[in-house]
Amino acid sequence: MKPNLFVKVAGVTLTNPVIAASGCYGFGDDYTDLYPPNVLGGVSCKGTTLEPRDGNPTPRIAETHGGILNSVGLQNYGVDKFAADFVPKLKAQGCVVIANIAGSTLEDYAEAVSRLDGTDVDLIELNISCPNVKQGGAAFGVTAEGAALVTKAVRAVTKKPIMVKLTPNVTDIVSIAKAVEAEGADALSLINTLLGMRIDINTRRPVLKNNVGGLSGAAVFPVALRMVWQVANAVDIDVVGLGGISSASDAIEMMLAGAKAVQVGTAIISDPFAPLKIIGGISEYMRVNKIKNLTEIIGKVKPW
Amino acid sequence: MYKCGSYPVTDKTAISGGIFSANILCPDIAAMAKPGQFAHIKLEGFTLRRPISICGIDRVNGTIRIVFEVRGAGTAKLSHINTGDNLDLLAPLGNGFTLPELAENERAIFVGGGIGVPPLLAAAAVYREQATAILGFRSYDKIILANDFRSIGAEVFTCTDDGSVGMKGQVTVQLKDLLQKGGVGRVFACGPLAMLTTVSQITESFGVPTEVSLEERMGCGVGACAVCACKANKDGKAFMARVCKDGPVFGVKNGEFVALDKEGV
Repeated sequence: MKPNLFVKVAGVTLTNPVIAASGCYGFGDDYTDLYPPNVLGGVSCKGTTLEPRDGNPTPRIAETHGGILNSVGLQNYGVDKFAADFVPKLKAQGCVVIANIAGSTLEDYAEAVSRLDGTDVDLIELNISCPNVKQGGAAFGVTAEGAALVTKAVRAVTKKPIMVKLTPNVTDIVSIAKAVEAEGADALSLINTLLGMRIDINTRRPVLKNNVGGLSGAAVFPVALRMVWQVANAVDIDVVGLGGISSASDAIEMMLAGAKAVQVGTAIISDPFAPLKIIGGISEYMRVNKIKNLTEIIGKVKPW
Repeated sequence: MYKCGSYPVTDKTAISGGIFSANILCPDIAAMAKPGQFAHIKLEGFTLRRPISICGIDRVNGTIRIVFEVRGAGTAKLSHINTGDNLDLLAPLGNGFTLPELAENERAIFVGGGIGVPPLLAAAAVYREQATAILGFRSYDKIILANDFRSIGAEVFTCTDDGSVGMKGQVTVQLKDLLQKGGVGRVFACGPLAMLTTVSQITESFGVPTEVSLEERMGCGVGACAVCACKANKDGKAFMARVCKDGPVFGVKNGEFVALDKEGV
């Protein structure tokens, strides 16, 4: 019997639990030479702000052991172009579309999200955690009060489900998760990148022009897994796990820790087929272990 | 269109100090590849792929040639490949040179600096006897591909920073000289940004259409991650171009890089 990979996140049905993470899969049209985006559970689009942004100066990427640092800094086309051009294209292909929205002020967030209300976007992912720009929302994301304010402001202007993307660069992620839940968020996604740095020892200059950037890739997976486990145990809303997932077993660990779905980002940059391999591997794990439905593994870790 | 897969290396040689040449059997990629495009190569133990320009395309034998310099741990790893090993390629990527047909009495000039030389060879092969290559290197031991350019019929000028071989000094001096003589239909350039900027200023002053190939640290290579950005112009409007997808080849207009459409500048 073919395993059932369907999951529901914030009321939205996904055909499988593997979502392309924001920033690593553009708007779903860069990898179509290899496979169509609709084979994924969903597409979280490139972080978008109210107005277009140029992003940070280059170089914006550096390699690390088991990962990468990036400092793209929210380069994007602005929410209006996103809504007019990219959303219809993805919806026409039958994709679950997740809009990743960032901003500098509460008004920016609310205005950008309200401009998506008439669109077919399935889910709003509030990016309050971009570490690469002062105006990227991370200032909101690092305190429970700030995170709650953004969630409240956006909740007031949209009926679409809201998923708040949390930063790991905090002392107590659980208190932030709870504050966001209390203001009406429908789901949480975590983790965004960990703030990091590399220095060229010959030039004595940071490798990134922005000096610091966000660490992602396999190296961050255990940190992400721990945070997902802590948060999933503390809230009642859905949790989507991400951070360094590069194999089916990583994805299954995330689900055992409590994630209803996962996002795959940096692994796509390394291997564009990574999401498909992960979907196939989850299916195989379910077949071998006679699991009919993913609810049988979600949150089913047996802690000591 | 591009492909992603594992392809065997048919040969590898060191062609200069720390610079290697390899041929890879990939008929589907060779059939699609255009001069100026690149291959994004995955190496065991590294998260990021390495973008390496395509130096030669052999459709008959179904191979592409890459020439690369060891610059860090990734390219060092790449230099350890041997005949028969498989390489994980994402290719061909980016926009190539437009390579328009020139009038019979016109020449195409290829200006290359250091490891910027390889992608020009594939492009010069299209023009054969109509091609002139001005190749600049730090010193005699860094010279690459000069004989390859000669063997496809191109006229070759070699410059070295220290004067150890050829003209002492910069490729741009030679370029100016040739442009003054006239009859140049198009200039193609690849090398350090400072060289490309000077080349563009000179060719613009002579009104000769120019295409440059840019380098930038890359992520995905296909336009999805917006890491390799550069300011450019499209239809008279400034925009943040993705070097991997909107380039790496750009035209030059009024001192700015412009995205090339299919017809070219």
